[in-house]
Amino acid sequence: MDVLKNSAVHYDDKVVRQFSIMAVVWGVIGMAVGVLIAAQLAWPELNFGVPWLSFGRLRPLHTNAVIFAFGGSALFATSYYVVQRTCQTGLFMPKLASLTFWCWQLVIVGAVISLPLGYTQSKEYAELEWPIDLLILVTWVSYAIVFFGTIGIRKVKHIYVANWFFGAYIIAIALLHIFNNIAIPASWMKSYSAYAGVQDAMIQWWYGHNAVGFLLTAGFLGMMYYFIPKQAGRPVYSYRLSIVHFWALIFTYMWAGPHHLHYTALPDWTQSVGMVFSIILLAPSWGGMINGVMTLSGAWHKLRDDPILRFLIVALSFYGMSTFEGPMMAIKTVNALSHYTDWTIGHVHSGALGWVGLITMGSLYYLIPRLFGKDKMYSVPAIELHFWMATIGIVLYIAAMWIAGVMQGLMWRAVNPDGTLTYTFVESVKATYPFYVIRVVGGLLYLGGMLVMAWNTWKTVINGRSVKVAIPAVNQAHA
Amino acid sequence: MEILYLLIPLSVILVLVIVAALWWAVYRGQFESVEQEGERILRND
Repeated sequence: MDVLKNSAVHYDDKVVRQFSIMAVVWGVIGMAVGVLIAAQLAWPELNFGVPWLSFGRLRPLHTNAVIFAFGGSALFATSYYVVQRTCQTGLFMPKLASLTFWCWQLVIVGAVISLPLGYTQSKEYAELEWPIDLLILVTWVSYAIVFFGTIGIRKVKHIYVANWFFGAYIIAIALLHIFNNIAIPASWMKSYSAYAGVQDAMIQWWYGHNAVGFLLTAGFLGMMYYFIPKQAGRPVYSYRLSIVHFWALIFTYMWAGPHHLHYTALPDWTQSVGMVFSIILLAPSWGGMINGVMTLSGAWHKLRDDPILRFLIVALSFYGMSTFEGPMMAIKTVNALSHYTDWTIGHVHSGALGWVGLITMGSLYYLIPRLFGKDKMYSVPAIELHFWMATIGIVLYIAAMWIAGVMQGLMWRAVNPDGTLTYTFVESVKATYPFYVIRVVGGLLYLGGMLVMAWNTWKTVINGRSVKVAIPAVNQAHA
Repeated sequence: MEILYLLIPLSVILVLVIVAALWWAVYRGQFESVEQEGERILRND
């Protein structure tokens, strides 16, 4: 493989360090905003009568901050790390990689400023206006060049499965972002979507659900397939199954979106297509989950003393839970009860806090000490504490939202013998109040855990130093 | 539902790209002796 000659002697870890630290910082900020808006739902006085702090403007800030700032930075960090380690080469165009870091932070700062000011495209998870969308596009194309370029200059013939997941996520997000955000600018911070009415709704949820599928699922599965084997010191349970998992997932994912539009103006048959594809997704999702968990088979005792492994494995349990719950909620008869209730919010957070959050935290706990020349984090008991705070927080959050959601669904559909509605809407709001308060408590615990992580990261970093890791010589059998 | 005239061709193109990638992977020997590949990441860093 002469063409693959590459002169780098050290891995390019600076950009990995930058993204890892910022993932922790944005995690704290994004979750803090989440706790504030959860509290606003229980105590509306917390809007303070200030437009910039009102729920409607802070909610998109929360979602953008946790998904794209926290999750996105963690994905950049881990994908840059994993692709170098598994290909045994430095990054392709490291300066461009550095540019992706600064551009991505600029995008986030743009979101932090523009969303509270009220600039929005009114598309969920794609609220940012067109100038910021263009910056995202530039960043993403650069990301793709660096990532696929690094695979191109790899020293190892085989492309490890985690890289396939990262690669699919990078390509899919580019495609989704471009097509959903096609808009006609009217001024610097105002644009009109190229699509109208139900057409716009369809492309929006084609984007929305595939962002869940490719960013929040495929990307983090890339993390899972690298960091669980590394932390457990065992190869993935079945490498064959991981390959089947990848191809099955990406072949079947693209058409789940219409389940967000059940019982709307979307044609019935399109809704049914969305439902069927959502149910099909259960199979590859559970295949992957079982594969990850079974990696520990014969070494279950490691879960007892290793809090990092516990983060990773419990993340997979939440992945299994929410990929079961999701297809069930996509069934139209179930959706008739769950749609527009807080059950949906509970479902999203069991995936977001449980799967995405925990797998990220576990991966960062593996990564951060290694990036700063340490064997482990400054405080292992603090990781343990974080694990329990996060887990209890999630359970409080999702249990409260399950109860609230089913209750709302039942109250809204209850009908008296004479055909009138049994409850007014405001009665269902009143009945939800205690569950909103429980959710705030769950969110505070989860945020508290993240603060413990931030402290632990800080201590690890100031006691460590930025190390240069030499690229090991490649075993000729694999070159 | 004119949007489907965009979304369906887009999905078809995507599936063709995925098929091409799978084809490449299979015929370029990506999946020979796969079980060893799972262990290799544990040896090198």
